[in-house]
Amino acid sequence: MSLVEGTSQSVVAFSKHDLSFLLMLVFGWVILGIAGLVRPHRVGWIARILFPLGALIALGIAGLGTLALFSGHAPQIFLLPLGLPNLPFHARLDTLSGFFLLLLGMAGAGISTFAAGYFRSGEGTAPGLLCLQYHVFLASMALVILADDAYFFMVAWETMALSSYFLVTAQHRIPEIRRAGFLYLLMAHIGALCILLSFGVLQGGRWLFTFDAMRGASLTSFWASAAFLLALIGFGAKAGLVPLHIWLPEAHPAAPSPVSALMSGLMLKTAVYGVLRITFDLLHIRYWWWGVLVLGVGLFSALFGAIFAAVQTDMKRLLAYSSIENIGLIFTGIGLAILFEACHLPLFAALALTAALIHSLNHSLFKSLLFLATGSVLHATHQRSLGKLGGLIRRMPWVAALALIGTLAIAGLPPLNGFVSEWLLLQSFLFTPQIPHAFLNMLIPLGAAVLALTAALAAYVMVKFYGVIFLGQHREPSLVHAHDADWLERMGLAWLSLGCIAIGVLPQLALRAAGAVTQTLLGQTVNLASPFWWIAPITSRQSSYSGLILLAGIIGVVGITFVVVRILAHGRMRRAVPWDCGYPWQTSRMQDTAEGFGQPIRHIFGPFFDMERELPFPTDAAPRYRIHIEDRMWKALYLPIARGVQQLADWIGQLQGGRLSTYLLYSFLTLIVLLGFVL
Amino acid sequence: MTALTMVRQFGEVLLAIAIAPLFTGWIAQCRAWLQSRAAPPLTQPYRMLRKLFQKDVALATHASALFRMTPYILFGAMVLVAAIIPSIATDLPFARVADAIALIGLFATARVFLSLAAMDIGTAFGSMGARRDMMIGFLAEPALLMVLFNAFLLSGSTALPSVVEASTAHSFLMDPSLLFAAVAFLMVLLAENARIPIDNPATHLELTMIHEAMALEYSARHLALVEWASDLKLFNYACIGFALFLPWGIATHGADGGLALGLAVAVLLAKLTVAGAALALIESLSAKLRIFRAPEYLAMAFLLAVLGLLVHLLLGA
Repeated sequence: MSLVEGTSQSVVAFSKHDLSFLLMLVFGWVILGIAGLVRPHRVGWIARILFPLGALIALGIAGLGTLALFSGHAPQIFLLPLGLPNLPFHARLDTLSGFFLLLLGMAGAGISTFAAGYFRSGEGTAPGLLCLQYHVFLASMALVILADDAYFFMVAWETMALSSYFLVTAQHRIPEIRRAGFLYLLMAHIGALCILLSFGVLQGGRWLFTFDAMRGASLTSFWASAAFLLALIGFGAKAGLVPLHIWLPEAHPAAPSPVSALMSGLMLKTAVYGVLRITFDLLHIRYWWWGVLVLGVGLFSALFGAIFAAVQTDMKRLLAYSSIENIGLIFTGIGLAILFEACHLPLFAALALTAALIHSLNHSLFKSLLFLATGSVLHATHQRSLGKLGGLIRRMPWVAALALIGTLAIAGLPPLNGFVSEWLLLQSFLFTPQIPHAFLNMLIPLGAAVLALTAALAAYVMVKFYGVIFLGQHREPSLVHAHDADWLERMGLAWLSLGCIAIGVLPQLALRAAGAVTQTLLGQTVNLASPFWWIAPITSRQSSYSGLILLAGIIGVVGITFVVVRILAHGRMRRAVPWDCGYPWQTSRMQDTAEGFGQPIRHIFGPFFDMERELPFPTDAAPRYRIHIEDRMWKALYLPIARGVQQLADWIGQLQGGRLSTYLLYSFLTLIVLLGFVL
Repeated sequence: MTALTMVRQFGEVLLAIAIAPLFTGWIAQCRAWLQSRAAPPLTQPYRMLRKLFQKDVALATHASALFRMTPYILFGAMVLVAAIIPSIATDLPFARVADAIALIGLFATARVFLSLAAMDIGTAFGSMGARRDMMIGFLAEPALLMVLFNAFLLSGSTALPSVVEASTAHSFLMDPSLLFAAVAFLMVLLAENARIPIDNPATHLELTMIHEAMALEYSARHLALVEWASDLKLFNYACIGFALFLPWGIATHGADGGLALGLAVAVLLAKLTVAGAALALIESLSAKLRIFRAPEYLAMAFLLAVLGLLVHLLLGA
């Protein structure tokens, strides 16, 4: 804690204006966006000047978010003279918003730097317009995090949905992209409706919509649960929890890669923020079954996402499903935190919440990194299908090396950051037997098994992703002409991978940041007393981990091995054709395809998929193998709902005969009914 | 952390590196005896390594740096795992750096790197081996974690030395849940180390191989490191098994003078001798499963581990 106190004294003079500085920076983004319209087709102006400036603003926001985390002040409040008369927008900066601003700024800086090298003219929307949408999107996410009343929150939330909708449909001439955009907009609005209703319940009959008033409202257990469930559905639709995930694998691949990175890395986290804000801040009580519900949904989403990611053949769809998996892991942590908190085990709740927060931060880094890497691959090869890539490590060494860091991080391997959050999550599962409910304390430890299965599947998915894109031989001859990313793109990727390494090696940093949040929300932090290269969240006897020493160990052992082998053995080497059991006629078509690599998963998890297979006959002159995999949720849930809505609409549509006399009759009947009320 | 502790730590790691090939050689010898064949000498694995280190590397034309780095990373990961496992003494400073969950992570790191290296050359067998090995991996990992979870719940710690100390102090070895866990662990051990019934370490039979398919493109010193790493992996798994289920003889904290350490080494060698013979017996008695029976086999291991956990929780409640 000494670090936290030390910082608080040095920034005391500055921090009073943190929030106003922050709002100025956020509006700086909007101004950058508008500046893009001045010369909408000058790529040099937009890409080389405006986007790097946007990255700088993101860094500033990350810095101010960090200050808010560590300054130890009471939350700051600011009234914006905007909005309706007598209803000013309230903004508030506390540790929870500070943490998410840090996340937004850190990943946003990398993505904007990359985007500076990525966007070019001739790809759908004009660059200037794209610049406006992009920066409004960023600004609205920051405002969602800063909002302190329901009106402001919903305005920012809707701006976020709309600006991202326009970004998704940047290439609106392609029908599939229009369809994906529509689906996204539909799901976003169903979610927004639920959030609005949740706020309506939360105000508790006092008709005051500031968050401060909601904190004071006393709800009965029924209405508190209603508000929680509505918020879970609303934010779950944005986060992509199964079964509300349906838009995610459509919209993420459709968007340009930096936008996919923003959506997957940052926008999904605003939903996590919303759930945390409502559950742990606005609601004054939590019930254990909420935790069980969130835990169950989270674990199922995680497993579902991992299984579907393993059978994808489009690299961006694969990453989109992997986002569902990671969101599932985050909600698993949140569910455990709610459960522990409701059972009066605040230390363990703090541990689980810390795991969820750090995984949010991690996911924003490595998922952005991988989406951006697919952007570079897309620009270099014009291919999105995994079946037409391969061997790019030799053509694009920079992107391949940086994507490898992201791949290892997301696969949850030590000493990178993905491992830290999975480690914390598993640690929190160890305490579930202490829950004072007879059946729960036996059932929930099994969740750790699902978690382990998911983590191992994630490694499978990422080996497939990296191996098929970057390793092996080129599957298409045209890949020989692939070129590496330019320096701005590389810088963006390098920044994000640096973040992955930093959190992995020094997890104490992230632990302290998350500790400030758990202190506010739960009044408890995990044990932060250990030195900076070490974490021991409960006690050092219970468990401890040090990424730094582990990394030093790996480097040391590998280095010594290398030197010893070089001293003992000679270094002679010659190049030869691959051996492959002596088969000389190898072609690049004989490697595993993406379909081939997913085959064990299709075999083992068959019941999850809606599969349609077309197998060739032995006598076919031109044999063709085709497999089509669809989400069962479509047929089981969405199509029936869509049919129901259609039927209802048809039924209501019968009222509209198109004859004037009928309409006059309707008016007459309405008048009669209204008169009945009046008299 | 005294100098003596460091000496103990390094001594344990060096011992692991040195005798891991011997353990593999011993299993091969027992197998040969059981199958009425003339047995290779115990030192056969060392001769193999020596031969490989002397050869010239024949590297595939388009192999990338990842392919050449992997043997070193593999070997390094296995050495670090050996540093975490209390095979002789429990006073291991490195075990605090990385607990048993990190140990699973290190195994996963090794597996991911070997699979990526196998895909790097872009041959049919390489990617097939990678796919199969990752499949075995994601099925075996939850089972192994459940086994370890059982031990964590019994001892209240995720660090293996603490597990050993708790189990020698409270002798909870009589806990029936550990019986299920032990069977599950044995099944995982066989699967993860590419042994019968999942994979056959003795053949190059192309269509059924897993581990061999991934190491196919390696030669000379690279191959030597890959083979040595897989010997170490088997040795490490055996030592995890001893630590969890047969912790007798491991020098605990405070009682680890020279005599105790010498005794611990002798006990470890005795355990390895018996375990190697038992493994050879199991391998000789069972037949290799078809690759698509592997999920059933590992699901059974997983269910046994879960059953152990449930037994523990039921008895504890």
